[in-house]
Amino acid sequence: MKLVKSAALAAAMAFAAGGASAETVKIAFIDPLSGPFGPSGTAGLHQWEHAVSEVNADGGMNGATLEMVPFDNKVSPKESLVQLQKAIDRGIRFIAQGNGSSVASAIIGAVNKHNKRNPGDEVLFMNYAAVDPAFTNDRCSFWHFRFDSHVDMKMAAATDWISEREDIKNVYVIGQDYSFGKAVAKAAVTQLAEKRPDIEIVGNELHPLGRVKDFTPYIQKIISSDADAVITGNWGADMVLLVKAAMDSGLEAPILTYYGGSLGAATAMGKAAVGQVLQVSEFVENYPTTDAQIARIEDYEKTYPEYDYYYHRAYNAVNFLDMAAEKAGSNDPVDIAFAMEGMTYDGPYGKVTMRAKDHQVLQDLFVSTFSADVERDVEDTGLGWTASDADRIAAGATAQPTTCQMDRPER
Amino acid sequence: METIVFSLLNGVIYGLLLFMLSSGLTLIFSMMGVLNFAHASFYMLGAYFAYSIMGVTNFWIALILAPVLVGLVGAAVEKWGLRNVHAHGHVAELLFTFGLAYLIDEMVKIVWGRSSVDYRVPEVLDFPLFELFGAEYPAYRVFILMVSVGMLVALWFILNRTRAGLIIRAALTHPHMVGHLGHNVPRIFMLVFGAGCALAGLAGVIGGNYLVTDPAMAVQMGPIVFVVVVVGGLGSLTGAFLAAMLLGLMQTFAVGVDASFADLFGWLGLTATSELGGITIASLAPMIPFLMLVLILMIRPRGLMGDREL
Repeated sequence: MKLVKSAALAAAMAFAAGGASAETVKIAFIDPLSGPFGPSGTAGLHQWEHAVSEVNADGGMNGATLEMVPFDNKVSPKESLVQLQKAIDRGIRFIAQGNGSSVASAIIGAVNKHNKRNPGDEVLFMNYAAVDPAFTNDRCSFWHFRFDSHVDMKMAAATDWISEREDIKNVYVIGQDYSFGKAVAKAAVTQLAEKRPDIEIVGNELHPLGRVKDFTPYIQKIISSDADAVITGNWGADMVLLVKAAMDSGLEAPILTYYGGSLGAATAMGKAAVGQVLQVSEFVENYPTTDAQIARIEDYEKTYPEYDYYYHRAYNAVNFLDMAAEKAGSNDPVDIAFAMEGMTYDGPYGKVTMRAKDHQVLQDLFVSTFSADVERDVEDTGLGWTASDADRIAAGATAQPTTCQMDRPER
Repeated sequence: METIVFSLLNGVIYGLLLFMLSSGLTLIFSMMGVLNFAHASFYMLGAYFAYSIMGVTNFWIALILAPVLVGLVGAAVEKWGLRNVHAHGHVAELLFTFGLAYLIDEMVKIVWGRSSVDYRVPEVLDFPLFELFGAEYPAYRVFILMVSVGMLVALWFILNRTRAGLIIRAALTHPHMVGHLGHNVPRIFMLVFGAGCALAGLAGVIGGNYLVTDPAMAVQMGPIVFVVVVVGGLGSLTGAFLAAMLLGLMQTFAVGVDASFADLFGWLGLTATSELGGITIASLAPMIPFLMLVLILMIRPRGLMGDREL
């Protein structure tokens, strides 16, 4: 009942807002909306749209209506720059992107350049999923804010999990052949060497991004390497096909993933993956949380029945944007950027902080397990992700040092 | 040892799938001189048709009906499209099939969407058949193997033991002579085009759920199929078969091999930490088909078994 009421209210508010104030603040969503990574991008877009609708229902960003404008970049950095220019030409000053660190890297470069050349017309980049550590270290930028924990932070959780298990002696690392996959491999090798020098890396493989259609040869290599655990950063179709082949070939080692929750993966994994596939993320659907958050999940899954609630960080990003705009009393990207630095927000999964030093979000992380005993399943499989308090890593513990020397504009 | 056995099995299956796709193209190419750019699109259509038919009936009906449908589409394209363009020479034909490939691509995107569809292996075949060196082997792969071999035998029988096959073989090597002998060459062309497309469709039906069914599958398969035809040699199905198997095996073996340039050329002083030495054999797998294409055109332009120059 409460849900229906709030939905009705949302509709009424959106209508009222649309009628009363003509001002709209547009956010360009530049991500793959077709091809092998299309499902990932589309799922992200819906989550942002839902998050934005909440802010709009609540009176908007300083009264202005937020609107998501989708741009399909086909995970190509080159195409992304064309789309970014298109967005800027249309007067859009907030950019959201997440899929592909190669893309994020290009966007950071372009945004830096644009903002330098066009003072008074700056754009702000909200990165919700590109996790190459460099973006908040050597390549950090005042105009970039990351709302996902980066590779090294998530890897710390994964390697902690491994180092607690004495029976794991051999680890296999497989990833996509681009900056992100390389960052994952590097983090795994260096962190395991520190935490468990006795562990041997029996395989460290990179495969072409989005081009492998049959992972069976890779899986058979993993099986014959006698790996006790597999670490992968794969996402999108590469994640789905990897686990599909792993299940088909009867791989028994646990698989530690960054994106085991990629759309389609649960269907491909099925019952065979229960207890075997783990995911390091900021959101676990079956972790106990507030009623408001449960209502939000239900509302999302009712609005988009084809999708499961997954990108919780989209809500964090939109909330930060809204709060920063309110704090600054302005909808200008420069004011918002300054206001967002060091801001904190009490989320349904713990406190979220935007570290001022490098614009890296600090949030609690969970090592969740794919399970058959769940209240909320994914993709109508009857299976889903669970985590207990023991699997929770406090935000402070996930923090990593940064080499960032931030260049701030003058005020 | 494990690597070799598994690579062999997977390589043979991939090779057979490639052959099923390219046999139709070889027939069409050598007989009509048409380099059918849309051939891989018919492969994609096969997968999508099967997905839709499976939605309302079951996989077995899809296995029969989808290739027939694709074959009919192919025959229709030849009869009402390609035949008119044929009069204007090869460039026009090339452009026609080129446009057709894009047309089919876009149509698939409109009808079935831009992302991959959930075309699954039928449940009857979704179980591990046997276990080898600790890894399970899915039954569906063996099913692919059987369907491909069955198709291979049927194709061989039709071409070598029937009257229709006799005419087709004659038309492969001496297309003009067959016409002069009073055979209805346009109709043969239509049948061969239709049958070639149906073969591509069949490859789509059994390959679509083995790999992925998405609008990009035609674009990804297309170039590799051309490599098979060129490497195998014009007008030679045996050549296409050899080339397909060679490609399938080389690509899967490359992934399976755990070595880098440094291991191979270490005696030249190449170290694993250098740029070149760090390249692994596995990362070369996607490049192999095109390396083969370039090499064969340099060394033996008529292909492995072909008797005509390109």
